[in-house]
Amino acid sequence: MTATARSTGSRGVDSPGRAAIRARTLRSDRWWLPPAATTAGLLVFIVYATVRAFQQQYFFADERYLTPFYSPCVSLGCAAEPGAAHFGMFLPDHPLLPYAALTLPFLLLFRLTCYYYRKAYYRSFALSPAACAVPEPHATYTGETRFPLIMQNVHRYFFYVAVLISLINTYDAVVAFRHPTDGFVVGVGNLVLLVNVALLWCYTASCHSCRHVMGGRLTHFSKHPVRYRLWTWVSALNTRHATFAWITLATLILTDLYVALVASGTITDLRLIG
Amino acid sequence: MSYTGTFRIWRGDTDGGALTDFEVEVNEGEVVLDVLHRLQATQAPDLAVRWNCKAGKCGSCSAEINGKPRLLCMTRMSVFEPGDVVTVTPMRTFPVIRDLVTDVSFNYAKAREIPSFTPPAELAPGEYRMAQVDVERSQEFRKCIECYLCQDTCHVVRDHEENKDSFAGPRFLMRVAELEMHPLDVADRVPAAQEEHGLGQCNITKCCTDVCPEGIKITDNALIPMKERVADRRYDPLVWLGRTISRRRG
Ligand code: SF4
Ligand code: SF4
Ligand code: FES
Ligand code: FES
Repeated sequence: MTATARSTGSRGVDSPGRAAIRARTLRSDRWWLPPAATTAGLLVFIVYATVRAFQQQYFFADERYLTPFYSPCVSLGCAAEPGAAHFGMFLPDHPLLPYAALTLPFLLLFRLTCYYYRKAYYRSFALSPAACAVPEPHATYTGETRFPLIMQNVHRYFFYVAVLISLINTYDAVVAFRHPTDGFVVGVGNLVLLVNVALLWCYTASCHSCRHVMGGRLTHFSKHPVRYRLWTWVSALNTRHATFAWITLATLILTDLYVALVASGTITDLRLIG
Repeated sequence: MSYTGTFRIWRGDTDGGALTDFEVEVNEGEVVLDVLHRLQATQAPDLAVRWNCKAGKCGSCSAEINGKPRLLCMTRMSVFEPGDVVTVTPMRTFPVIRDLVTDVSFNYAKAREIPSFTPPAELAPGEYRMAQVDVERSQEFRKCIECYLCQDTCHVVRDHEENKDSFAGPRFLMRVAELEMHPLDVADRVPAAQEEHGLGQCNITKCCTDVCPEGIKITDNALIPMKERVADRRYDPLVWLGRTISRRRG
């Protein structure tokens, strides 16, 4: 082995004074796999969600199932599916304006500023760092200290909005049990909507900002027993936040796909009761 | 079961160095540090390696094994196949002294920048009383053995030497969180976390948590809660308004 002489003016692990090692990383495992898988997973969701949000078709099935991608349906275009709009129709019907244009941007921002997704895309898209002890390609780094990344600090506002939207999704799942002519019915679609909304609540409630608001910001838990109890519950969920982040991406796609397939007549919804 | 393993060890000092191959005997139940000691005893008596307890408690034997920051005494040889080449280098974020030994004084300097525990003025030592639930969060952080593997792996300073001035690193941001959450600490540590210790530079990518040999949830339990406290103070007008009106400390 030839000795590696110190090069001056280098950065990162090659900085003067540090051990002179030629390889930028000596990791021998497949460290590139998790960021690659994350990129693939996120891209699948982004492409699917974009296509569906702008499709403006197949969003309401069996006169009662509304997909979360179109909830609440507030565009004038929702009139095409009577019964889909529960909160009025007031946005212009335009091909570039999703029917749920009132809520989708907030859901996007909620997930974009989520502490877990930040980790996921900083690692996989920004390679900052792609994996631990693997040098990042950027010459300088300021983290979340400047615009636009300093805006990550307003995550809690999107959390508050997400709670409201989860309430709307819950409402959708509940009213889906009522068929306009058959009355109370239970179909497979109802179970799909219920599971989806339950998991959305798990994701939303396990949010780090939620944990902070519930009790994390206190210094003396002993003076606030109720908030301490809430904090312990949210903390237990919070350890699984990343899991819920991925599960809900999958359930959102599956729920929407189910509604779309039933709405387009590709499959028939199985009635269990009624 | 014994076998002869191949070890590729960085040898050198501030003037330069190289990865050098050694064939060393490996026995069942051994850790990487055992093999390095055998190497010292048989082939390389001048190999520099820092260690103390050989029990994962003193935090001295931090190094990088196959590119990952790890404790030499807690890395079992059984995680490798007999045919694997085991590469051992010093930590690559701190200046090297010789072979596997680095100068970790950056961390001592950062430790000194944090004002010490500040109890209420009216309490004398011995009069401190606190409820277990109140002090529990801080206690998790007291498990730290100061191995500085988290500091070593954090890309903010590992990949950017110039950030060493402005960034305290996960271990010391966690120290700020420990005191901020402590029921008897009355100092206000939130503004300094952001302005003096560089909390905003952390992008919560969790490498510190991944390498911590004590399994401390540094990012989830210290760094993110501190970011939320900073957000309370600087980025949340509602909380600011509430505080101004009630002037209460939770
Ligand atoms: S989570 Fe923050 S402090 Fe920890 S390694 Fe990543 S950037 Fe550094
Ligand atoms: S927090 Fe963990 S990794 Fe960091 S110095 Fe302490 S024990 Fe080591
Ligand atoms: S939603 Fe992930 S941290 Fe808030
Ligand atoms: S020798 Fe003490 S931690 Fe490894």
